[in-house]
Amino acid sequence: MEKFTSVKGIAATMFNKSGNQLSLMMNIDTDMIIPKQFLKTIKRSGLGKNLFDEMRYDMNGNEIESFVLNRDPFTKAKILIAGKNFGCGSSREHAPWSILDFGIKVIIAPSFADIFFNNCFKNGILPIRLSEEKINLLVDDSMKGIEFEVNLINQLIIIKEKEFSFEVDAINKDCLVKGLDDIGSTLEKATFIDEYEKKILDNFAWRVPERD
Amino acid sequence: MSKPKTIYDKIWESHLVYEDNNDCLLYIDRHLIHEVTSPQAFEGLRMSNRSVRKPSNALAVADHNIPTTDRSKGIGDEESEIQIQTLEDNCNEFGIEYIKTSDKRQGIVHIIGPEQGFTLPGLTIVCGDSHTSTHGAFGALAHGIGTSEVEHVLATQTLIQKKAKNFKVTINGKCNQNVTAKDLALSVIGAIGTAGGTGYVIEYTGEAVKSLSIEGRMTLCNLTIEAGARAGLIAPDEKTFEYLKDRPMSPKGDDWDKALEYWKMLPSDEGAKYDKSIEIDATNLSPLVTWGTSPEDVISIDGNIPKPEDIEDDSKRSAVKRSLDYMNLTPGSPIKGVEIDRVFIGSCTNGRIEDLREAASIVEGKKVSSNVVAMVVPGSGLVKEQAEKEGLDKIFLSAGFEWREPGCSMCLAMNADKLAPKERCASTSNRNFEGRQGREGRTHLVSPSMAAAAAIKGCLTDVRELIN
Repeated sequence: MEKFTSVKGIAATMFNKSGNQLSLMMNIDTDMIIPKQFLKTIKRSGLGKNLFDEMRYDMNGNEIESFVLNRDPFTKAKILIAGKNFGCGSSREHAPWSILDFGIKVIIAPSFADIFFNNCFKNGILPIRLSEEKINLLVDDSMKGIEFEVNLINQLIIIKEKEFSFEVDAINKDCLVKGLDDIGSTLEKATFIDEYEKKILDNFAWRVPERD
Repeated sequence: MSKPKTIYDKIWESHLVYEDNNDCLLYIDRHLIHEVTSPQAFEGLRMSNRSVRKPSNALAVADHNIPTTDRSKGIGDEESEIQIQTLEDNCNEFGIEYIKTSDKRQGIVHIIGPEQGFTLPGLTIVCGDSHTSTHGAFGALAHGIGTSEVEHVLATQTLIQKKAKNFKVTINGKCNQNVTAKDLALSVIGAIGTAGGTGYVIEYTGEAVKSLSIEGRMTLCNLTIEAGARAGLIAPDEKTFEYLKDRPMSPKGDDWDKALEYWKMLPSDEGAKYDKSIEIDATNLSPLVTWGTSPEDVISIDGNIPKPEDIEDDSKRSAVKRSLDYMNLTPGSPIKGVEIDRVFIGSCTNGRIEDLREAASIVEGKKVSSNVVAMVVPGSGLVKEQAEKEGLDKIFLSAGFEWREPGCSMCLAMNADKLAPKERCASTSNRNFEGRQGREGRTHLVSPSMAAAAAIKGCLTDVRELIN
């Protein structure tokens, strides 16, 4: 996995419109992020063009102009800002794959669904939990297309002279910064797994599936 | 005496392989695999020259992509065919048991696990599918994972995990007639919201939960993910043991006795500490229906569609407005009587024999409304076989339902079963998200008996009016 230390780029914000009022779009589910017709692939790559497909293209496959990721400079967004419970629903890792393939490396939201949150770190994406009040302070600069810097080492979002700190779990941070391969580090603990499996065989044979 | 523990605490502690600060390695007893979320994991193993640590702990089946029409002549869609073939090839290469599409045991992964006795109390069970929470009905710690974690489990038989918090949901009282496990689940989601369980494992308890059948418990645990919690748990009891005894893969002889002894120790201890608790009363619950595009958008069938202007929170209000536009519903009007085009009975939520019996009991002797296309998709080949033995297929067919082959079908519409744009469906599945059952399709989540009633009436209707 590619190492993640800091990202500089444009931030796109996902809104819901109600009259003239804009509010952060909440409950963005993984079906919205990548609809099921794109899950038939046996590869991880190439999903970026179908990110948010049904919000991004009309029935004839033409870009819908009002959708943020279709508008310059947000077509090159590296950061996505959205409302609470981002990534709810299906466990499909195609969701983070499509986000990454589009070029987005950071997602900022008040809260994330558990499985999606976890999937992000496995793919070098940084999901940042930030209060709605703090997010509202970022939105104007995001809409103006001002460059954001997200510095993971110092845990800061930097916009011109403004700085916003964020929390990240130490293990997840380490994993991103070093670009660690989870499986590799678990396999270094293979003796613990061997011992555990011996304990199952000796004391809990019923846990082994019965086969003909 | 040691500190009182919840069932989740007990399963967690008994599966810790390694612990260092917050870095925990949890042993995984069972791994269910399907065609959509596994190909990249197997490819990852090949690229790193790794093997599958314990192929015997895994069981694979194709369910998401598979057509529900006659498949003896093939899958019919090239990409789906490749994905299903890739699953079979990967299982052969790595020595994993694969249930073929022609096998009568084939079905939705969360239905065949319990049917085969692969799912057992006290175990950890994972699958690259969020509805893995279903297996919590047996008192197993079961949750969905992404493909990277599928690869991690294949290679190491463990997962790197952080312990979740304990959330106790007590459902008191007895359900009225025609109020089902689906309604209980929807009422929980409606009460705590789709993010209410984020970071928690939910344990369900209380009279209404204990009196559910095993099938009903699976429905309840299945929908736990829609409340944001990755896993739901119900303490195993005599019903659980009776269901599992003599299943093909469940323990036999001495092993069964030892397992039983172990399982009886699993229920949460008196005085165990929960980080969060709620109580719900089932007594006055009516059948429920969703009106919007999130499973938390729940109302009673005798209720009215909400008005955005009544909602204070800005984000929520604009979300409701978006939902109502998408669903093409009039704020403030009754949900009952909204005309539908399609009915789908099936899925890992409601595709088991009990669900089909429940729907058939409503349908018997009646006809599907002329404006509705209705289908029943049994959850597995064994469910289908049992239903046919009981004559349920004939009840559905003579009422005008389609009777299909098992699979996930129109729950996620990856195969040919999908809604056309703007079509409205009463569905026993689990998600009413935008586009879930087909682009611009409109989904109302309901119980099997409510779906059956909607098929007969041609609109969302109170099933109790069809009976009384």
